[in-house]
Amino acid sequence: MIYPNSKTILEVRNLCASVSGTPILKNMNFTVKSGEVHAIMGPNGSGKSTFSKVLAGHSDYEITGGTVLFEGKDLLELAPEERARAGLFLAFQYPIEIPGVGNSQFLRLTYNTVQSHRGNEELDPLEFDDFVRDKMKLLEMREDFLDRSVNAGFSGGEKKRNEILQMALLEPRLAILDETDSGLDIDALRIVSKGVNHLANKDNAIVLVTHYQRLLDYIVPDFVHVMEAGRIIKSGGKELAVELETRGYDWVSDEYKAASRVAA
Amino acid sequence: MSEATLSSSSYLQSLLNGQARPAASTQVWLNQLRSSAVETVSELTVPTTRDEEWRFTDISLLTKVSLQPALVSNNLTAADIKPFLIKEATTRLVFVDGVYAPNLSTAAKKEIVVSNLYSELAKNSAVLQQHLGSHAEIKGNAFTALNTAFLHDAALIMLPRNATLKAPVHLLFIASQKEVVSYPRTLVLADNGCEATIVEDYVSLQDEAYFTNAVSEFVLADNARLHHIRVQREGAKAFHIANCSAILSRSSNYQSVNVAMGARISRYNLNIRMAEGAECSADGLALIKNRQLADTHTFIDHAQAHGISRQLHKCIVGGAAHAVFNGKIMVRHGSQKTDSQQSNHTLLLTDKAHVDTKPQLEIFADDVKCTHGATIGQLDNEEVFYLQSRGLSETLARNMLTYAFGAEIIERINVNSLKHSLEQTVLEQTSTQL
Repeated sequence: MIYPNSKTILEVRNLCASVSGTPILKNMNFTVKSGEVHAIMGPNGSGKSTFSKVLAGHSDYEITGGTVLFEGKDLLELAPEERARAGLFLAFQYPIEIPGVGNSQFLRLTYNTVQSHRGNEELDPLEFDDFVRDKMKLLEMREDFLDRSVNAGFSGGEKKRNEILQMALLEPRLAILDETDSGLDIDALRIVSKGVNHLANKDNAIVLVTHYQRLLDYIVPDFVHVMEAGRIIKSGGKELAVELETRGYDWVSDEYKAASRVAA
Repeated sequence: MSEATLSSSSYLQSLLNGQARPAASTQVWLNQLRSSAVETVSELTVPTTRDEEWRFTDISLLTKVSLQPALVSNNLTAADIKPFLIKEATTRLVFVDGVYAPNLSTAAKKEIVVSNLYSELAKNSAVLQQHLGSHAEIKGNAFTALNTAFLHDAALIMLPRNATLKAPVHLLFIASQKEVVSYPRTLVLADNGCEATIVEDYVSLQDEAYFTNAVSEFVLADNARLHHIRVQREGAKAFHIANCSAILSRSSNYQSVNVAMGARISRYNLNIRMAEGAECSADGLALIKNRQLADTHTFIDHAQAHGISRQLHKCIVGGAAHAVFNGKIMVRHGSQKTDSQQSNHTLLLTDKAHVDTKPQLEIFADDVKCTHGATIGQLDNEEVFYLQSRGLSETLARNMLTYAFGAEIIERINVNSLKHSLEQTVLEQTSTQL
């Protein structure tokens, strides 16, 4: 939701990034204020997922220009784990499986690591158990979820719910959900969306990276952006997503090209 | 031929003559078994990398270690072995430098026998004669032959028909002296329908060089079910060479987990022969670092139809260590409906870490299901990134993934306290490597 006089959480200015010498992000500009929900849409290969990973600090991408301020701090200076501790969260499109490491063990480790870096108290296994079970109810997760290995043998929907559970535990300032909706059936989508909506408040912000308007029926964005060739070419309100659903992306692209010609 | 052959055969002779051989037994057959082993040793040489079976494993370092006869007296106390005890085990046989230590052991001698073989010789002569040395082939195997030449004390487990042992049996082989050779020996006779878990455990109380040359025979009668957990945590400078033969009768079930993390050079040969409808697993984890070499050779022989075999072997190789895995699976003529799966995965933690892996499938039946696969790799950067994005440091992320890689095997150990202590060891070892 848009609040008056809210603080800027993320400020991306002219960000350029490449992978193995190939430019992927080209002068990306993007600002997020607290309380807001943004959706970034765009065709395959437009750079949406790259943008998420660059923000989270993936080492495959080389930053070739621009700045990123996260709550006023230089985000690009920080290692991935420091970004997480500072309050940035990325829900992965493909969460990894870690057979051999129990989910509850893993969740408690990440929770305590992040909490201790934020100067908060850690929870012992019993305290954590109560805490996590409470959060699990929100996502309608079965009890045995905690006893299984991290994501091992989880269905697509279970993996995504596990991502949102981690979001609930880590209480990020900014959560980026990278295609969290893809591959979900309607029930799972409803549960995941309910969880995300529950976690959204005036002090944090959410960026949804998605192909499909469907998700935006459940998590209503304040802003919708269209990415193409490594930059945002159009921004609008939630009605833009509906228009994209009916008309596709080509018209946005044509409009942008025409505008660029005029500017030139 | 060459000097090398001469010196390597004289090395075996020096082992033969380096310590007093056991005094003649009242059992004629045992004396014969030993002397035929002595003869076999005389005909053999120490294997070199020119032998196909030893292509990747150079044990010439072993021949350079000066070895002394072991002192017989063992003055270890319960306190010395306390760190190695498995709390679930109610029976335990302890051997110190190959010699049975009754003061440290808890034997069973009634229907179920868990005892030093040497004290059971007279009572069970016929059955021991039938099995002892009949399954671990001495022909062409200098190390099995040497062990047999020195056959004296040995772990003997005899499980009567339909017996179920709820608690695991712990066989603890302790190396207490440096520069000695020990010849641990195990014979397990599992009668029809019995069930048990046996932990074969090699540990050390000192860090200098020594040589453990072990032989085990597991004989499973029809429908018998055995879990065989083998833990090799020898000292850092030790040499460990072991041969194990498991003979599976009709519809028997043999589940083995082998964890190798000790010794400068170790070699484990596991041969499993399966009769009709038998089922086995032969899982393994080699966790090595520095300049360690760990070689696992397995041979799963589907000698008859309807057998099921599963094998997951993993190696975590750090430092400049070297892992070898050779997994042979034979499906004999007529062994129809065999169902066999083998996979071998290796994690190389450094640029100098090395693995040689060789799956070998020989199939002579036409209606079978056999799969095998092998992967060799480093930790996946995407996985490391995932954990970092959850606030964990890169080092912790790498440790956790390395640990998880090994934990998949450790989890298959059905003795909880041992499983937990090994998990702890893996965790400690993986966190010091990086």
